[in-house]
Amino acid sequence: MAFPLLSLIVFMPAAGAAVLMFLRSDDAVRWTALGVTVLDLALCIAMLAGFDTTTHEMQFTETRPWVPALGITYALGIDGISALFVFLTALLGWICVLASWVAIDRKVKEFMVSLLAMQALMLGVFCALDLFLFYVFWEAMLIPMYVIIGVWGGDGRVYAAFKFFLYTLAGSLLFLIGVIVLYFHGGETFDIRALTAQDLPFRVQSWLFFAFLIAFAVKVPMVPVHTWLPDAHVQAPTAGSIILAGVLLKMGAYGFLRFSLPMLPEASLYYSTLMLSLSALAIVYGGLLALAQDDLKKLVAYSSISHMGFVTLGIFTLNLRGLEGGILQMFNHGVTTGALFLFVGLIYERTHTRSIADYGGLMKAAPVYTAFLALFTLSSMALPGTNSFVGELLVLSGAFAANLAVGAAAVLGALLGAAYLLGMYRKVALGPASIGVRFKIRDVNARELVAILPLAVFVLWVGLYPKPFLNIIGPSVRHLLTQVHSNGGGQ
Amino acid sequence: MDPVISIRPLLAVAVAGLAALAVLVLNNREKLRDVVSPLAAIAMFAIVASMAPTVLAGGTVDLRLFEILPGIDFAFRVDALGMVFATVSSLLWILAAIYSIGYMRHLNEHAQTRFFACFAASLAAAVGGAFAANLFTLVIFYEVLSLVTYPLVYHHEDEEGWTGSRKYLVYLMGASKSVLLAALALTYHLAGSLDFVPGGLLAGVDASPALLTVVYFCYLFGFAKAAVMPMHAWLPAAMVAPTPVSALLHAVAVVKMGVFCVLRVVFHVFGTGLVDGLGLGIATAYLVSFTILMASIYALTRDDLKARLAYSTVSQLSYIVLGAVLLSPVAMVGGIIHIAAHAFSKITLFFCAGSIYCASGKRNISDMAGIGRRLPWTMGAFFVASLSMIGVPPTAGFVSKWYLALGSVEAGEIAFLVVLLVSSVLNAAYFLPVSYVAFFGTETQESPATVREIPMVTIPLVATAILSVSMGIFPGYFLTLAEGVVR
Repeated sequence: MAFPLLSLIVFMPAAGAAVLMFLRSDDAVRWTALGVTVLDLALCIAMLAGFDTTTHEMQFTETRPWVPALGITYALGIDGISALFVFLTALLGWICVLASWVAIDRKVKEFMVSLLAMQALMLGVFCALDLFLFYVFWEAMLIPMYVIIGVWGGDGRVYAAFKFFLYTLAGSLLFLIGVIVLYFHGGETFDIRALTAQDLPFRVQSWLFFAFLIAFAVKVPMVPVHTWLPDAHVQAPTAGSIILAGVLLKMGAYGFLRFSLPMLPEASLYYSTLMLSLSALAIVYGGLLALAQDDLKKLVAYSSISHMGFVTLGIFTLNLRGLEGGILQMFNHGVTTGALFLFVGLIYERTHTRSIADYGGLMKAAPVYTAFLALFTLSSMALPGTNSFVGELLVLSGAFAANLAVGAAAVLGALLGAAYLLGMYRKVALGPASIGVRFKIRDVNARELVAILPLAVFVLWVGLYPKPFLNIIGPSVRHLLTQVHSNGGGQ
Repeated sequence: MDPVISIRPLLAVAVAGLAALAVLVLNNREKLRDVVSPLAAIAMFAIVASMAPTVLAGGTVDLRLFEILPGIDFAFRVDALGMVFATVSSLLWILAAIYSIGYMRHLNEHAQTRFFACFAASLAAAVGGAFAANLFTLVIFYEVLSLVTYPLVYHHEDEEGWTGSRKYLVYLMGASKSVLLAALALTYHLAGSLDFVPGGLLAGVDASPALLTVVYFCYLFGFAKAAVMPMHAWLPAAMVAPTPVSALLHAVAVVKMGVFCVLRVVFHVFGTGLVDGLGLGIATAYLVSFTILMASIYALTRDDLKARLAYSTVSQLSYIVLGAVLLSPVAMVGGIIHIAAHAFSKITLFFCAGSIYCASGKRNISDMAGIGRRLPWTMGAFFVASLSMIGVPPTAGFVSKWYLALGSVEAGEIAFLVVLLVSSVLNAAYFLPVSYVAFFGTETQESPATVREIPMVTIPLVATAILSVSMGIFPGYFLTLAEGVVR
C-alpha cells in the first residue's frame, strides 16, 4: 500500500490537538497550533501537486478493514471535487488560528484543541469513501463546533449553539435513516463507490432524495431551514464563523454532489426543477434579508444564504457549466466569505461594535484594511475580474440553459448582492472620518496581513485564471454528469 | 491580412496602470508626481499611434494572454473601432493631464494624489476596453473604469459629492449586475464564447427571436455608460466631480466606453445582419431619437453650465448609437466618427467651464455676462466648440452630422433626418446664448482684475478647439478607420 497521505492529512490536526493538551503556556499552544495547521496545508499542496487531473477515479485511496461483520471499512480517497475542498479546509485552517491569536484570550488551549479537532473531522468528511466512516466524521463535527460557539461566542452563545445543534442533528437523523435504507437496498455495504454503482428503484430513490435533501439543506442552508445560520454566525467567534461559512456550509452541497446526484440520479433529475426553484428562492430571499441588516456580521451571514443559493442552483442545473460553476462558487464562497468574516472580526476587536451605523470613514483611519475590504466586497458581489464572477457566469449560463425563469430570478439576486454589499462598503469605509475619532483604530498588523494576503491572491487568481481549479474538478464533474444522465435516463 | 502579434496593446494599458502606481508612490513629492501623468499620456499615445498604420491598412494587432474559461480568453485585439476610441482617449489625455495640473493647483484641491492616480487608472481601463478582444475582457475593463472613477466623483467629499457619487455607482453597477450580467450569461449559453466576431457572434445561433431581442436590450441598457434614456441620470449627477474629470472622463473616456460597448454589440456580437433581421435597428433608432431630443430639451433648461453640458452629452451619445442602428454604411461611418468629433468639441467645452470656474468661481450661465472680455481665449474656444456641436462647417461636428444625415437618407428613414435637424436647432439654442451672454452681456458689477486666463488651463483648451476644427478639415484618419469597421 502506498504512503497514507490522506490519513496523515486528516489525523495530523487531531494529533496536534493531543499534543496541545500537554502544553502549559498560551503562546506555546498558539504557535504549535499554527505549526500543525501550516504543515497540514503543506501536505495538501503536496497532495495537489501529485493529483492526477486526467481521471475521475478516486486517488490516494487507502482501505483497511474496520468492522468486517457489517461491511464497514476504513476507506479514504479523493476525486477532483473532494480534493478542492480538502485544500480549502487546510487553507482556512491556519487562518483560523491566526484570527484567534488575540481574539481568544481565555481557555486558549481548549479553544485550539477544538479548532484542530474540527479541522481533522472536516477533512475526514471530504476524504471518507465509506459511508459509515463519513457519517462518523459528519456527526462528530457537531461537537467541537457546538463547543466553539457555546463557550467562546457572544452574549447569546448558548441559545445559538443549541439552535445550531438541534437543526443539524435533526437533519442528521434523517440522513442516518437514509444511510440505513441505502445499506439494505444497496447490497449491505457501506462502500460509497459500490453504492454509487447500484441502480435503485425510483420509489426508493425518491424517499432517499428527500431524506438527504432535508439533511443537506440544513447544512447549506437552504430556505426555509436557514434560521440557525444568522444566530450561529453572530454569536460564534471569528474563527468559528470562518469555519462555518468557509467549510461547514460546503458540507451540504458536497452531500448533494457525493450522494444525491450519483446515487439517486433519477430522483435528482425528476426533482431538479424543485431544487432550482428552492435555490432561486434562497438567492432572492437571502439577498432581501441581507439588504435589511444593520449588523455587519448578520449582513455577511445572510449574504451566505444567497451565495449558497447560487451553489445549489448550479448543482441542480445538471449541466456542465452549471455544475462547474456551482463547485467553483463553493470554493469562492469559502475564500471570500471567510475573508469577510475575518474582516468583521478585525473591526470588532477594535471597536466592540458590529452596528454598521457606528462605522464610517474607515478609509481614513485604516487605509490598508479598507483597501482589502473593498477587494473582498467586490469579490462577494462578483465583479468581473474576481473569483465569484467566473463562478457566477458559469452558474447563470447553466441556469439559463436549464430554466430561463430561474436564471432571471438569480440575476435579481445578483443585483441585490450589489446593493447590500456596496451599500455596506459605502457606510463603513466612506463618509466623514467619525470612526477614527471615536475609536482608537489601528490599521492591520503583520499577523493580520499574513492571514489576509493568501485569500486576496485566490480572489484574483480564480478570477483571472480559473483553469487550474477547473482542471482539478473537470473529470469528476464530467463523470458525475454521465452518472446522472445515463442512469437517470435524461438527455 | 494576418494579424500582427504584439505586446503593444498590453503596454498601452500598462503604461497608464504603472503611472497610477507611480503617482501613489510619489505621494509626498508633488512636483515629480505631477510630471508622471503627462509623460505617461505621451507614452501611451505613442504606443497607440505606433499601431495605427497596421490598423489603417485593414489589419489587427493581437495579443492573447491566457484562457479564462473555455471559449473565453483574456485577450486584446486592436481593430479599427478600438483604434478610434483609443486614439481619441490617449491623445486627449495628454492635454487633460496638463489641464488637470493647472486646474488642481490653481484651486489648491485636496487629495491630489488620489485624483491623479485614479485619473491614470481610468485611462488604463478605457484603453484596455478599447483593445479588448471579447466581451469578458471588455467587461473587466468596463467595471474597473466604474470603480476608479468613483473616487473622482466623490472627490470633494461633501454632501453633494456623496449623493452624486452614490447615484453614479447605483446606476452603473445596478445596470451591469442585472441586465448586463444576464446578457453575458445568455450569450455564453447561446454561443459558447464571448468573442467579437466580424459579422456577429450570435449570427447563425439557433435561438428564438424573442430571446435574442431580450439579450439585445439587456446589452443596450446594461451598458449604462452609453446613457441611453432612462439610464442617463448618473451622468448629470457625476458633474459634482472636478472639471477635468467631467471633461476627459464624463465627456470622453467613460461615456465613450459605453457607446463603444454598444457598437461592439451591434457590429461584432449581433452583427448588423441579425440586428436588421430582428427589426431591432429601427426600434433602437426611435429609442435613441427620444433621448437625443429629450436630453436637448433638458439642456435648454439648465443654468449650471456643467449640467447643460452633461445633458448635451447624453444627447450627443445617442447620435453615435443612432448612426450604428440605422444600419446603412454611411450612417455607421457617421456614428463612429462622431465618437471623435464629439470628444474633441465636448472636452473643449468642459475645459472652458473649468477655466471660467478657476478664474472667477462662476458656474451659472446667468452669472457669466461679459466674461468673454476677461477670458477671450476661453470663450473664443467655447464658441468654436459650440459651432462643432451644432454642426457648422468646417468643424468636426459638421463631418459626422453630414454622414449621419446622408445615412438616414440612404436608409430611407427621413424621420431621423428631421430628428437630426431639430436637435441641431436645439444645440444652437442652448449653446449660442452662452457665447452671446459672455461676449455681449453687461456685467452687473465689474469682475475683479484677478479674473484672467490661467496659461496651464487655457493652452490645452485652445489646443482641443484647434483639434475640433482640424478634424473638420482633415477627417481622413477617422474616416478611414470608420470605413474599416463598416467594411
